[in-house]
Amino acid sequence: MVIVFQSKPSILSSGVVVGPLEKRSVFQTYFDKISTDERLQKDSNEKGNAVLISDACQIILNKSNLKNLDIDYLLGGDLVNQMTPTNFAARELAVSFIGLFSACATSVSSIVIASLLTELGASDFSIAGASSQHNSVERQFRYPVDYGGQKPATAQWTVTAAGFVLVGKHQPKLPYVEAATIGKVIDYGATDPFHMGGAMAPAAFDTIQAHLKKRSQTIKDYDVIMTGDLGKIGLKILIAMFAQSGVKKEDLSRFRDAGAEFYGEDTAFLAGASGAGCSAAVYSGYMMEQFKSGRYKRVLLVATGALLSPLSFQQGESIPCTAHAIEIGMG
Amino acid sequence: MKEQQYNTLKDQITPKSPIAINCLKAFAVGGVICCVGQAISFFYMMFFDFTEKTVGNPTVATMVFIAMLLTGFGQYRKLGQFAGAGSAVPVTGFGNAVVSSAIEGKTEGLVLGVGSNMFKLAGSVILFGVVSAFFVTLIKLILVSVGVAAW
Repeated sequence: MVIVFQSKPSILSSGVVVGPLEKRSVFQTYFDKISTDERLQKDSNEKGNAVLISDACQIILNKSNLKNLDIDYLLGGDLVNQMTPTNFAARELAVSFIGLFSACATSVSSIVIASLLTELGASDFSIAGASSQHNSVERQFRYPVDYGGQKPATAQWTVTAAGFVLVGKHQPKLPYVEAATIGKVIDYGATDPFHMGGAMAPAAFDTIQAHLKKRSQTIKDYDVIMTGDLGKIGLKILIAMFAQSGVKKEDLSRFRDAGAEFYGEDTAFLAGASGAGCSAAVYSGYMMEQFKSGRYKRVLLVATGALLSPLSFQQGESIPCTAHAIEIGMG
Repeated sequence: MKEQQYNTLKDQITPKSPIAINCLKAFAVGGVICCVGQAISFFYMMFFDFTEKTVGNPTVATMVFIAMLLTGFGQYRKLGQFAGAGSAVPVTGFGNAVVSSAIEGKTEGLVLGVGSNMFKLAGSVILFGVVSAFFVTLIKLILVSVGVAAW
């Protein structure tokens, strides 16, 4: 299950584009572009989602002085049915493209595939990442945006964001992908779509355990283990699971969650942020900067995804979840 | 960790819904909405030619209209998050369900979007409302015919 990358593919650059509400994020200084319009001046939410993606890719091209023809592969996904926003953005970019769906774990699964292609020698430059747009996700998975239903304290807020990275051959002084664990699909019978953190925590636990075991590491080997969008309550549950499994109290502070921190302590967002764009934006924006500034040397990024659809929920199915991990090092 | 064990742990950490406070909020906001409705029906009876029996329709229409405006300006969902059932149960909640679905469908056009989505949430309210009204009337009809009750 654990893939070790001998060639250590580097993360050469990143591009993060977010919506207007994400200006309230504690990570906002790490975003490349904050749009003033949630639809990015398009006439539908889904079209806006596609612009998020193409803008993020364009930022990567500009930063690295590349043209779209230099890119070998685009790998990514979003949460809209059939992933049309990513498909349509790929049409604009006009490079070889595979759409990937691991729900909110796509931010990591796409980097894993890009690293594999790089390791194989099939790719010099691959763009990988994920995105989500609040309104398009809400209308599909939950209720209309303006519907006045009361959400419980466990509910999370899908972010409008796209986070993409440029993966290429190893280069010194840049963060690189050292190893990865593709997660199993774990289902502990959770059925509440307003408590995703509770549904996804066992998947994160399983993937982290598997990664540490196969790599013969402990939590102490990492500066941070950052999950994707468990949210405030999901993160608490994950930490409690590790505490019960015998992890010392001082090591538990190494667990962080992108969704739990995304909007800070703002109670309007209940248990925090979620969505494929949440972990993608934090990983590619904030986390890559932490490596470059020398704050972190080794980090485990564990993006979590709930693999449900509105239909499966209405038919009474429980929520299967997954988590994919990449171990990022520096130097 | 076993599934059973995990679910116990999850339930311990997950905060419980503050039922008492939610009930109070729902009572207060629902009460205010009903008072506004009452004021509107008094207004129609005082200034127009409506009686207590006929004032229902224009009052409901006005309340739904207000809910429509609040929904369009993005305020009803904020009220809904605070009040819960207090703003969902009155007819304004029905208006909100209809209008929010209609707004959402706008990008797919008038027929396939607005038209076919408008009653996506409220459709079941209409269906089960009509069905239960039918049965209630049927029961009353039987009671009246056997002489137990009067219209």
